[in-house]
Amino acid sequence: MNIHEYQAKEILNAYGIPIPRGRVALTADQVERAAKEMGGRCVVKAQIYAGGRGKAGGVKLVHHPEQAQTLAKELFGKSLVTPQTGPEGLRVRRILVEEAVDIAREFYLSITLDRGTSRYVLIASAEGGMDIEEVAAKSPEKIQTLTIDPFTGLRPFQARHIALQLGLTGSVCEDCVTLILNLYKVCLEKDCALVEINPLVVTQAGWLMAMDAKITFDDNAIFRHREYPDMMDYSQLDPLEITAGKYDLAYIKLTGSIGCLVNGAGLAMATLDVLKEFGGEPANFLDVGGGATREKVAEAFKIILQDKDVKGIFVNIFGGIMRCDIIAHGIIEAASEVNCTLPIVVRMDGSQVEEGKRLLTESGLNVQCGDNLGDAAGKIVRMLG
Amino acid sequence: MSILINKSSKIVVQGITGRSGLFHTQQCREYGSQIVAGVTPGKGGIHIEGIPVFNTVAEAVKYTEANVSMIFVPPPGAADAILEAADAGLELAVCITEGIPVRDMVPVKAMINQSKMRLVGPNCPGVITPGECKIGIMPGHIHKPGKIGVVSRSGTLTYEAVKQLTDNGLGQSTCVGIGGDPIIGMNFIDVLRLFNEDPQTEGVFMIGEIGGAAEEEAARWIKENMKKPVGAFIAGVTAPPGKRMGHAGAIITGGKGKAEDKIRTLSECGVVVAASPTKMGDAMQEAMASGGTKKKSK
Repeated sequence: MNIHEYQAKEILNAYGIPIPRGRVALTADQVERAAKEMGGRCVVKAQIYAGGRGKAGGVKLVHHPEQAQTLAKELFGKSLVTPQTGPEGLRVRRILVEEAVDIAREFYLSITLDRGTSRYVLIASAEGGMDIEEVAAKSPEKIQTLTIDPFTGLRPFQARHIALQLGLTGSVCEDCVTLILNLYKVCLEKDCALVEINPLVVTQAGWLMAMDAKITFDDNAIFRHREYPDMMDYSQLDPLEITAGKYDLAYIKLTGSIGCLVNGAGLAMATLDVLKEFGGEPANFLDVGGGATREKVAEAFKIILQDKDVKGIFVNIFGGIMRCDIIAHGIIEAASEVNCTLPIVVRMDGSQVEEGKRLLTESGLNVQCGDNLGDAAGKIVRMLG
Repeated sequence: MSILINKSSKIVVQGITGRSGLFHTQQCREYGSQIVAGVTPGKGGIHIEGIPVFNTVAEAVKYTEANVSMIFVPPPGAADAILEAADAGLELAVCITEGIPVRDMVPVKAMINQSKMRLVGPNCPGVITPGECKIGIMPGHIHKPGKIGVVSRSGTLTYEAVKQLTDNGLGQSTCVGIGGDPIIGMNFIDVLRLFNEDPQTEGVFMIGEIGGAAEEEAARWIKENMKKPVGAFIAGVTAPPGKRMGHAGAIITGGKGKAEDKIRTLSECGVVVAASPTKMGDAMQEAMASGGTKKKSK
């Protein structure tokens, strides 16, 4: 689960990590007032669920409140397209107005999970700023990593090594040790999949400060943080994704014309692969997961039908936990309810498959059953011709 | 022979009184698995479907000599359940539970590395030795005793591969779903190593997905060590690049994880990679016919 920059900064600040003075605004007038509060000269930052905003024009230094207002009018309602958003971009609904800070040095600092070691890893670099991935690719020696032992945790001496390697000395170095230890605390206590400060700066006045921050929560841990669901900005998500989320389904929008209902992520990916092999283009896919019920399948089917790009539906279910006759009931129920006339091809395997097929063929819907994955994929592609 | 489980495995089910715990306990028993005990804290002393329920795994082991656990405990308590299984001295725990927080699994993984217990999963379909023992949620009837060891990161895609291996007559020695979570117990190499030493297993089929570097590491291990033919499929060749957030993941993996990279590395290491999910059984047959990586290079 993602949150905005300003929310990430609020969390960091609650753990003693210094951030610039700032205010979130929902209208251009609020932006102007906030700019006045910051003394006129300030940074206007569009809040979207993606990085790369600077290059896309979403982050700008302004010198007067009027200038901030004009910029805000431009940004609000506009979609920002960055390398991380996809071609459709993300709408700007919130703007963070921050005091302008004079920067002496910039660093990169983050903690995330390293799948290779199954441990959290601290990543730091003296080359902070926007192109950290390029630094990692071209000069990996400029990136420091520290694997954190879960039993001892992150120790002050380890944080000190990192701070010294970043080139910090004296009291700023010790401030950085405290900051790094606090960052690890945030990572654990807030169940973060990623907590990133980029850049972490030393100001001209000699203070450490988190100029930009990103936090991603572990979706599996949301159950123990009651405040998280309210922190979500639904304007940043596809409405169908939100509906799917309510029923615990995973929905991914694609660019073609075939709607796909599949159980399991691996099988879903394989289904896309096989459709493309037969010349079809998937419009989306909906993963109903292993433990789907008849109600879930029905909801999944309705969500797929709400996607206007869908011209035909491909259902690929390998029943493990799920029985094929239950899937069939779900499909029939949903298709009848919304009067679906689109061609449907169903490939089911697993338990009660014959009963499932019988129910579908006798349902009166525009439905065909495929004998296996290849046969079914060929059928739906031909039906859409 | 087989790996990990067979007809003499004695199973304790942690979370047996839950809805899916009970359902799958019944399914496994119908398949022929020996379910000897259940564990649900606070419900010790009762019997469910004739199976004695205990408060702790240690008690279950003491009275029933269970040596393998099947875990259905919901996410908030699942990490603790794994540690309890290890503490009770079991040989193997198969954790089906989906949705365990990463923060809970980090210390569990570190503990398991120091324990003699093997962990399969979490978030996996389980392990099955066809005709002998099923510990998990896979449909039993698509399997057939045979010569191919199957190891997979995926759930339902594994069933697809298994069915193709049953249809073309090769059958399976043991199938292991290692799970799709960021932190799992046994990885590809751990399972490949066991298949390499198992006399019944004559070849191995491996199912991977985009993301991470586990398939590449397995490929290199196969090249160096595997005595038997290996076939593979990697799902996600046509998956659109994800809307990535932040930079840390990309830095750690160094840009690895694309399907084409995995397929290239596997092929270079002598693995026959299926070009389509409809051709997984064919790829395995081809690998068996060509005789495997080691034999070829000698």
